[in-house]
This record gives sequence, structure tokens and C-alpha cells, in this order.
Amino acid sequence: MAAHDLITGQCRWMEGSGPHAEIVITSRVRLARNLAGRPFPHLLDDKGKQGVLAAVASAAGAGAVAQRYGKLTAIQVSELPALDRQILVEKHLISPQHAQPGGGKALLVNGDGSIGIMVNEEDHLRIQCLLPALQLHEAWRTATGVDDALEETLDYAFDEKHGFLTACPTNVGTGLRASVMVHLPGLVMTKQIGRVLSALSQVGLAVRGFYGEGTEAVGNLFQVSNQITLGQGEEEILGNLSAVVKQIIDQERSAREALVREARVQLADRVGRAYGTLQNAHILNSQEALALMSELRLGLDLKLVKGVDTRVLNELLVAIQPASLQGAAGREMQPFERDVHRAQVVRNRLVTIQS
Amino acid sequence: MVCQECKQKPASVHITQIINNDKTKISLCEDCARAYQHQLGFNFEPNFSIHKFLANLLDHEPVVGKPARASGEQCPQCGLTYSQFGQLGRLGCDRCYQVFAGRLEPLLRRIHGGFAHGGKVPRRTGGAIRVKQELRRLKAELQQLVAQEEFERAAKVRDTIRQLEQQLQA
Repeated sequence: MAAHDLITGQCRWMEGSGPHAEIVITSRVRLARNLAGRPFPHLLDDKGKQGVLAAVASAAGAGAVAQRYGKLTAIQVSELPALDRQILVEKHLISPQHAQPGGGKALLVNGDGSIGIMVNEEDHLRIQCLLPALQLHEAWRTATGVDDALEETLDYAFDEKHGFLTACPTNVGTGLRASVMVHLPGLVMTKQIGRVLSALSQVGLAVRGFYGEGTEAVGNLFQVSNQITLGQGEEEILGNLSAVVKQIIDQERSAREALVREARVQLADRVGRAYGTLQNAHILNSQEALALMSELRLGLDLKLVKGVDTRVLNELLVAIQPASLQGAAGREMQPFERDVHRAQVVRNRLVTIQS
Repeated sequence: MVCQECKQKPASVHITQIINNDKTKISLCEDCARAYQHQLGFNFEPNFSIHKFLANLLDHEPVVGKPARASGEQCPQCGLTYSQFGQLGRLGCDRCYQVFAGRLEPLLRRIHGGFAHGGKVPRRTGGAIRVKQELRRLKAELQQLVAQEEFERAAKVRDTIRQLEQQLQA
């Protein structure tokens, strides 16, 4: 598999099926790891980073990882054009930080993008498992399995007291960041979202937008993740997050039920208009597209409208992003041109799928 | 819609400001948004850095343990000095965690609420850590047994300690 296939192809997380898929878009577990005895990436020169990459690539190529998890392809992220790097961000395969210019950055990734290892991001390794719907424990099992397989040949930076040692003290200990992307239109429409989000910060969880740290919540998509990495065990961290996410799911579900019960016609009208606009608009900026797609997604769950697969909506979440639009078109575009092209992509996708 | 500022390029950045319930909407092109971001009090490209934030926290941390020879402290492995850590908010390598341990503790406690690792231990290399943990426990037990003059049991513990120590060296 070449970098090209990964950039144009679909990812496992877009499947859109699994436990609570009507509310939870993705579950992600990432483990921060460093090699013992070497400076962390921010103090390494290019040669040092190449050394790290060679060590990680050979560990990933060695029996254990390939045997259990399939072959990982190495992509030299630093050598990709900026647009392609940004597409990988839009697909959630690398972090925005990993797409920044600078040498020695790589991604080892499996065929469907569910397993990835970012090399020379903030830490030497960031092992990620990304799955559709609510599958935190499955994601953890895979990530920790890849971690164990790598550790058969790599010496990790670890000490008894601080656990896995990371460049930033906010990741030290387990190095575990677990996050769940939830779609909460019901809580937003019923104006309960503020209360729910502020409760989350009180139980040590962080809420972010669609693209993680420093991004805004658009399209009623929120990313909930653990803050604390030192002191608690992995199972405890995951258990906490799962329990809270299940509560959010319950609240969202009852908000949706209340909306249908009390304002069915208004809701059906709104969903129908959203669907109609998406199928017929010729200019769509990304904010509008995401807002309308959120309403369509809600309408599909509540059976107010039919004929669109969740998978299509997930694919569109990425396809309408600026870099993906320009990548698919094969040229750079000005913002207005992008809006026209975005509307066309959405129209085509929603028409061809319709029964 | 055209950018309100230059009135030439199309507006693609839309800002809604609410000040004392007064709502104003501003629409700018990318270039003008970048140019006026600080005046408008927002980040066009979010450049809030967790590292700077941590670095600011650090400056006010009381030092635990040995009194500061402060800024002179330097990691022998990667060369990072404590004051550089203060600027970067990031450690330089695994050794830094030992070198700056006393200074890190209050910071770690502030971030995480605790500062002792409670999770996974590496399977292969972590074996030694588990053995070391066991050794520490056995040595304490040995001292206690000797103090209680329970020499027979102490001898058994001593043998186990020797075994484990050999295992560690192997």
C-alpha cells in the first residue's frame, strides 16, 4: 500500500457501525512512548530522528507486530506535500502537530487506518488505535497489544515512579489518551449542552472540537478525553471515560426522544430542509455543511428521513474538509471555489446513494 | 460576501462578538483576519501552547528537596538545563526525570493530582523493575527478622534475595 492509497482511500472508523454508532462516531486510544537513552524529538537533529525511525520501523517490521496486526506501511510524512499531510490530519490519522513542517516525521499505518504509529511527533512514538462507534476497550486492547509487540525489541523510557516518560509532563505515567467523538445535536438543541460539558471538566475529562486541541466544536461534534495520565491505571482511566460517555449517550438519547415527542413536525421540517439544502445547494461553506449534515444525521437516527447511510455521512465529514477537497480535485482552490466544489461533492454523494 | 476590511477579497472568516449582550458580526477575508486577530482578541490560528502554559506554572513552583543550585542544574545525557525546561515546558530525555525529579513533583501533582505511576509496566524490560520491587520488600523483611532474632526465617529470606540478585545480574 502506498501513501497514495491511504490518502485517497477510506478508513475503518468511517464504517459507522458498532455500539452506539448513532451517537458515538469514533473511539481512539493513543499511547505516548519514548526510547530509552535518547533525547526526545524536539532536541533531536535530523540524523537523530532518522535513527529513531529506523529503530521503530525495524521493531514494527519484526515478527511480533506483523504477525498479530498485519503489515504496517511506513510513510515519510515530512516528505509529503503540505496538502497531503493536511489530508492525513483531516482523516484523523496524524495530529495537526505531526503535519507541521520539519524533518524526520513518519507514520507507520495498517491498511484501514485503524492502527497507526506516529514517529517523532512530540514523543518518539505515538501508538494510536482508532475505531468506529463506542469501542474504547477494543481500541485499548489493540493499542496495548501493539505496544507489547514493539516492546519485545525496543527499550522504552520508563521508570518505576513516573511510568512511561514523555516529553511533556502532561502525558507522563500511562502515556494514555483515550478519546471519544460524540454527536450531540439533541443536547445542543435543548440547550443542555453547557451543563453537560461543565460537568465533564469536574470529573477530570476534557472536551474539544472535531480536530482536537484548540479546535472549535462544529456540527455538534465533541471530543471527550481523559486529562490525567499519572496515578491512575489504564483500566481505571478507560472505565471512567466509558462510564461518563454512557451517561452522555443516555442524556442525548432522552433529549432526542423529547424533541420527537414535543416537536416532531418542527424537527421533521428542519431535517427535511437540511437534506434538501445538502442535495441542492451550489455553494456550501464548511460550517454550514457540517451543521446541515448534523441535522441530517439526527433525522436518520430518528427515522424522520431515510436513504442515507451513516458511512456516507462519515466519509463526507472528511471529504468536505479543505485539504481533502483540494486533494480530490487535484488543484489548489480559493475559499469561494472550495465552497462551490464542496456543494458539488455533497450533491453527488447524496444523490448517488439515494434509493 | 466581501471582506468588511479590505472590501476586495471574499470573506471567509466570520466572527461573532458578544459584549454585554451586544452582538456584533464581523466578516473578514483570511488575510485581514490574520492581520487583525490580536486587536479582535482571537486566535486565527490557535497558537495557545500547553508548553508555555506549563512553563509559566513552573516559575512559581516551590522547590522540593535539595535547595536550589537552581539554574546550574543540567541533564548529563541531553544537556537540557532547568531554565531551558522552564522555557520549553518539555523535558529533554528520560534522564531529565531523575535530574529534575524534586522540581517536577509539585508540577506533576498539580497536573495529575498524584505522582506515582499506577499503570502498565513494560513486559520485557519491566521484569527487572518487578524484581527490584520484590528485592526492596525482601530486604526490609530481612532487617526486621534479624531485629526479631528470627534467624532461621531470615536465612531463607537471605537465600531468596541472593537468588533474585543473581537473576538480575544474569
